[in-house]
Amino acid sequence: MAVVTERRRAPARHASEPGRRNRRHHWDVKGSPYLYIAPFFLIFGVFGLFPLLYTGWVSLTGWRADLPGSEDTFVGLDNYRTLWADPFFWNAVKNTIGIGLISTVPQLFLALGIAHLLNYRLRGRTFFRMGVLLPNVTSVAAVTIIFVQLFGRDYGMINWFLGLFGVDHIDWQAGTLSSWIAISVIVTWRWTGYNALMYLAGMQAIPFELYESAAIDGASRWKQFWTITVPMLRPTILFTVIVSTIGALQLFGEPLLFNVSQTPTTGGSQHQFQTLALYTYDQFWQKFKYGYGAAISWAMFGIILVFVVTNLILARRMRGVDAS
Amino acid sequence: MRVPPTRRPALLIGVGAMMAGALLAGCGGNPAGSADKPSNQPVTLTVNLFGDFGYQELYEKYKVTHPNVTVKENVSDYGAHHKNLQAHLVAGSGTADIEAIEVGQIAGFRPQAAKFVDYLTKGVNKDTWSEATWKNATSPDGKALFGLGTDQGGLALCYRADLLKAAGMPSDRDGVSGLFTDWNSYIEVGKQFLAKTPDKSVKWFDAGSNLYNAIVGQSPKNAYDENGKVIVDSNPAVKQAWDTTVTAIKAGESAGLGAFSPQWNTGFQKGQFATITCPSWMMAYIKSNAPETSGKWDIARIPGTGGGNWGGSYLTVPTQGKHQAEAVELAKWLTAPEQQTWLFKEKGNFPSARSLWDQPDVAGFKNPFFSDAPAGKIFSESVKSLKPQVLGPHAGDIGNAIGNALQSVEQGKAAPDEAWSKALADVKNIG
Repeated sequence: MAVVTERRRAPARHASEPGRRNRRHHWDVKGSPYLYIAPFFLIFGVFGLFPLLYTGWVSLTGWRADLPGSEDTFVGLDNYRTLWADPFFWNAVKNTIGIGLISTVPQLFLALGIAHLLNYRLRGRTFFRMGVLLPNVTSVAAVTIIFVQLFGRDYGMINWFLGLFGVDHIDWQAGTLSSWIAISVIVTWRWTGYNALMYLAGMQAIPFELYESAAIDGASRWKQFWTITVPMLRPTILFTVIVSTIGALQLFGEPLLFNVSQTPTTGGSQHQFQTLALYTYDQFWQKFKYGYGAAISWAMFGIILVFVVTNLILARRMRGVDAS
Repeated sequence: MRVPPTRRPALLIGVGAMMAGALLAGCGGNPAGSADKPSNQPVTLTVNLFGDFGYQELYEKYKVTHPNVTVKENVSDYGAHHKNLQAHLVAGSGTADIEAIEVGQIAGFRPQAAKFVDYLTKGVNKDTWSEATWKNATSPDGKALFGLGTDQGGLALCYRADLLKAAGMPSDRDGVSGLFTDWNSYIEVGKQFLAKTPDKSVKWFDAGSNLYNAIVGQSPKNAYDENGKVIVDSNPAVKQAWDTTVTAIKAGESAGLGAFSPQWNTGFQKGQFATITCPSWMMAYIKSNAPETSGKWDIARIPGTGGGNWGGSYLTVPTQGKHQAEAVELAKWLTAPEQQTWLFKEKGNFPSARSLWDQPDVAGFKNPFFSDAPAGKIFSESVKSLKPQVLGPHAGDIGNAIGNALQSVEQGKAAPDEAWSKALADVKNIG
């Protein structure tokens, strides 16, 4: 954003002080921004765009490791046709969306609540604010391995705790809903703090006068939260929703490591928590069906695009309603 | 050698790695091979293994006669290891000088036999091993041998003598061996055990998948026929092994501990099951995993036809390596009879070199951890009665898919018929 404003402003200043400007400076103002952002695009091109396009090409081939010479056999959209009729793919779509909803929706509400609390004058405020981010800077492997212990069937702490209330031991990995909930807990644990900090930053940009005048008008804290904080936070909320949606659709590490077995990529004994990313990985790197795995990757890319665009359209419409 | 995946941080890189892999696969090119004769120049050989092969002390011994050779060993887990090897072969670079391949995976590498050194041109005699062993590591035309057999499974039944005794059942190894003639009697005895054991949390065996592996391992054919066709849905032996296992699960005999999972490890330590189908390398596994159970275990004959193989590995030398001559020499030495004998006695990996099976050193070996059970005798008899099974490229994956389906029955999440049809769908999706 800053770059754009700077560029827009520059010519205006030129006009006012033409004599002291030389050509080099002009070029500097015009060219530098591109130079600053160039490293990102160069690295993105090599490690992002090229693999993306190459995967696209691979998805049109029948390449698989157990068929020597199948590298460049062009099969057109065959892989995508297979995908359309593949029950494992649709199962993965279902799992991804299911886990995505359970992990994202409560998480964002929780984050909003925590941010609201952190916005109060608290003793040791910085400590708490940094504290909520701690789960996020811990590696996903470490977090998941510990949660797997907690969710253990026979000797896990969660089952022990539930046992105090007479609940039978739950085999968390075995069931569909139980595994979804367990994985969502891990995701929520890692990302709530991050989103809370996002909201907190947004909240601090809200002018204090708004609250002051609302208080004078007799609005309660709760009313202030819903009528001032939440509407003013809308851009931040939109950002977190989109980022969380993308994150949820790409969910990989947690379900992979949650499945403690010889077949970590299958997502449980009946694929009950095999997400899209896991299924891609399973086909690509476990079964070595490169062409098919690449096709799933691209389908995943398409699904994410659809979700993000839907998000944006909904958000724009909401804003439109506001304006009228 | 089959060692469970305990840590797999490498997988976390995920889709990014996958895309990078595709990127790597794009470029390639073979570096030039090396001279035929091993040189005396200082050389560092890399060895990629999955799990602990027990080679560390052997490298030191090798250094005495080959002071110029330094060995660097990299160990990753079973899945990641074979996956990486596959990727590096495709990419044309990145393999170690010596790469291990497990028997369940070896068939998947046969089409790429040309990417490995042919040991037959390096003075190796394939008759060192039984046909069942060397045939797996030959090129599709049968002319090249690209893997040297390290160890071999062989099957027995390991059991907790103390738990059987507590249930008032025979606990000496001859008595226990005499209890089962076939798998049905094994299940019957299991029912008696469940009825009599004072500690009701103890089950008869660890996991359905392990029982299934042993049963199907004894049949003449498993997942593939001679033409390389997947016959899971038509091979009666597969369905029979499945049905037998399901009967045992339905009788409540399985502890339902997913094989090679942390819960399974804990199961050894807590004594959650009384018996386990036991390839020779399992002895080492039990010993290192539950050292405090020393003296409580014993070994009996496996029910059924007595034979059956599970596990075993090969050492290969990819032709993209820079020190092929030195690597071949080391691989030959590591799989030589003296080293195989040492590994069996120290680590429990049963030798695949068949001349050793009658050697007093091997055949007379008693394992102190297992109440001095005559492990050498039991496993030599087992490998001698072994009938070779045809392996296919996805033998490992197919076994795992069926294992997962059995687990869903154990978890009470699927009826046996439903689980079976899901297993078939999974198998179809692999091929």
